[in-house]
Amino acid sequence: MADVLRGLGVSAGAAAGPALRMGRVPRLPAPRTVTDQAAERAAAREALDQVGRELAERAARAADPAARAILEAQALIAKDPMLAESCDGAIGAGLDAAHAVHTAFTQQADGLRAAGGYLAERAADLEDLRDRAVAWLLGEPMPGIPDPGHPFVLIADDLAPADTATLDPRRVLALVTARGGPTSHTAILARALGLPAVVACQEALAVEDGTLIHIDGDTGAVTLHVTAAVIAETAAETAGSPAESFAGPGRTADGHRVPLLLNIGSADDLPADAATDVEGVEGVGLLRTELLFLGRHDAPGLDEQREAYTRVFRALPGRRVVLRTLDAGADKPLPFLSLADEPNPALGIRGLRTSRTRPEVLETQLAAVAEAAAAADADVWVMAPMVSTAREAADFAARVRAHGLSKVGAMIEVPAAALRAAQILEHVDFLSIGTNDLGQYTMAADRQCGELADLLDPWQPALLDLIASCARAGKAAGKPVGVCGEAASDPWLACVLVGLGISSLSMSRAAVARVGARLSRYSYGDCVRLAESALAAADAAAARAAVTSAS
Amino acid sequence: MPERTVTVASSSGLHARPAAMFVKAAAAQPVPVKLRIGDGPAADARSILAVLALRVEHGTAVTLSTGAEDGPAAHEALNTLADLLSRDLDAEPANG
Repeated sequence: MADVLRGLGVSAGAAAGPALRMGRVPRLPAPRTVTDQAAERAAAREALDQVGRELAERAARAADPAARAILEAQALIAKDPMLAESCDGAIGAGLDAAHAVHTAFTQQADGLRAAGGYLAERAADLEDLRDRAVAWLLGEPMPGIPDPGHPFVLIADDLAPADTATLDPRRVLALVTARGGPTSHTAILARALGLPAVVACQEALAVEDGTLIHIDGDTGAVTLHVTAAVIAETAAETAGSPAESFAGPGRTADGHRVPLLLNIGSADDLPADAATDVEGVEGVGLLRTELLFLGRHDAPGLDEQREAYTRVFRALPGRRVVLRTLDAGADKPLPFLSLADEPNPALGIRGLRTSRTRPEVLETQLAAVAEAAAAADADVWVMAPMVSTAREAADFAARVRAHGLSKVGAMIEVPAAALRAAQILEHVDFLSIGTNDLGQYTMAADRQCGELADLLDPWQPALLDLIASCARAGKAAGKPVGVCGEAASDPWLACVLVGLGISSLSMSRAAVARVGARLSRYSYGDCVRLAESALAAADAAAARAAVTSAS
Repeated sequence: MPERTVTVASSSGLHARPAAMFVKAAAAQPVPVKLRIGDGPAADARSILAVLALRVEHGTAVTLSTGAEDGPAAHEALNTLADLLSRDLDAEPANG
C-alpha cells in the first residue's frame, strides 16, 4: 500500500493518531468441517471471555452511571453459563465455533423476544454480543465505534446516523471513510463536530488497526506510518489554532467585509451568549424551519411557530436572521403534506413547490414569522427553497411582503435559477446559494450516491461558474448574494467564493473560526486570483490543487 | 439439601441492577446455587438470562438451594445470597 492515500477532504483541519477501523456486523462464511471439537469449544469460550472482558473494561471507564450499568449488564450476559453450554451443544452437533456462537445467541434472542416485555428488550443486547463474539472469531474488527480508551482516527466504510450517537468527539480525532461524499452524513457530522474528515478514500479500509496516520481534511491526503513527532506536532498545532487566531468579524486581510453567519435548526443551536458574541459570527444565514415540522402528522399551528421563531429572533437583537421557509418533499417527507410517492423525489414536489398544493401551510408560516419579527428586533430576512423561475420568485416575494416582511430572497439550488439570477433579482432583495443541491442538480448526481462523490465535489468548476454568474448578477443589481451550503465551511473554498464575489458565508458553528482565520490571511485581490485559478482548472481535483498549492 | 426461602425486597424485583448484583454475587460463591419460585423450575443463579426469565417481582418469596452440596461453604453461600435478596438493592448506591 502507498504511504499516502487520497480521498476527498470534506471537513477542514489536520489530525494525527492511531487508526482504528469500525467493524460492520460480520457476515458468516460457509461452515467449516470440524475436526477438533475441543478446540472449537475453547475458541467459543475465548471469544465470549474476550467480549465480556472488553465490555467490563469499558464499564469501568464509563463516567456516566447509566452507561456503566448497561455495559456491566452486557458483560454479565457474555459470561452467562447458559450461553456457553448452548454453544457447546451446537459444537457437539457439528458446528464450528463461529456458527455455534451465532446459533446459540440467535436462539436465545429469539426466545427472549417471544417472551415479550422487558425480556424482549434484552434481545438486541444478545444480538450485539453475538456479532462481537463472531467478529472476534473471524478476526474482524468489533462492530460499532471502537472505544479503546485513548484518542484515535476512526476509519469506517461509511457512518450511519445511528453510529453518530455513540461517537465521542473527545476520543475521535478525525474521520476517514471509504465511501461517502461532500454532503454525506459523515461529512456533515464531521463539520458539525469540527473534526477533520476525508471521505471516498477506498484504500483506507486496508489500513491496519494501530497504524499511526495523519489526515489532512483540506487536501484529502491520508499519510500512513507517520512518526510520533508528527503526531505531537499536529496535536500542538490543533491546540494552538484556530479559535485564538480569529475573533471576528469576517474580513479579508485588507478589510473587505464578508459577514460570517450560522446555519441552525432552532434556537437550541445558538450558543447561550448569542446576543453578545458568537465567535465573530454576525447572525444566522440559514434558519431551517423543517425541524419544527419533522415527524408531525399535523402542521404546527401559528402560535407554536411564532414562539419558536421568536426565541431565535430574541436571541439575536439587531442581527441578521435569514429564515428559510419550509423545505420538505418526498425526500424529507412531512406526513401532513401528504405528498404522493414520487419515482424521483429530488425532481419532484419539494421546497417552495409544496405551496402549489398546500398554500395555506406557507401562509401560516409567513404569518407566524411576521408576528415573531414584530415581537423582537432582529433583522429578519425570509427566503424560499427550490425556486426555479423568476415568476416563482415574484409570487413568493408578493406573498412575503403582504405579511409586512420587507427582506425577501430566493435560494439558488436549481441551475435554471442560477442562469436567470439577474431576472430573479428584479423581484427579490437577495440570493442565497445552496451549494449542495445546486451541485447535485448541476452535475446530475444524486447527493446520496457515494460512488459519485467526485462529481458532487463543491470544487467542480461548473458549479463555481454558476456561483460566479449569480455573484455578478448580484453586483449589477447592488444586492447581496450569499452561500449557505457546505461549500462555505471549507476554508479554501470560502476564499474562492469571496473572490467570486459572494457577499456572505453561512456555515455550522464549528467551521466559523477556521474559515474566518483563513480569510483574514488573504487580501480580496488574493481571493480573486485564487478564484480565477479554480475556474481555470479542468476538474474539481485540479481546482482544489491549484488553490491549495498557490498559497 | 440446604435451602433458604426469602422475600425479594428490591422495589423493581429481580430485574436490571438488582438482578445483575445477585448474579455477580452468585458467580463469586464456591458452590453452585439455584433459584426457584415455589415448586417452579430452578434457574442457575449464575446465569443472568435464567434469573431474568423467572420474572421475580418485588415481594415474591423465592427459594435458594445448593442441591447436593452441603457443608459450611453451602450454608455461607445461602446466607450471603439470602441477605442480598432481603435488601432493597434499588435503594442502595450504584457503586456498591
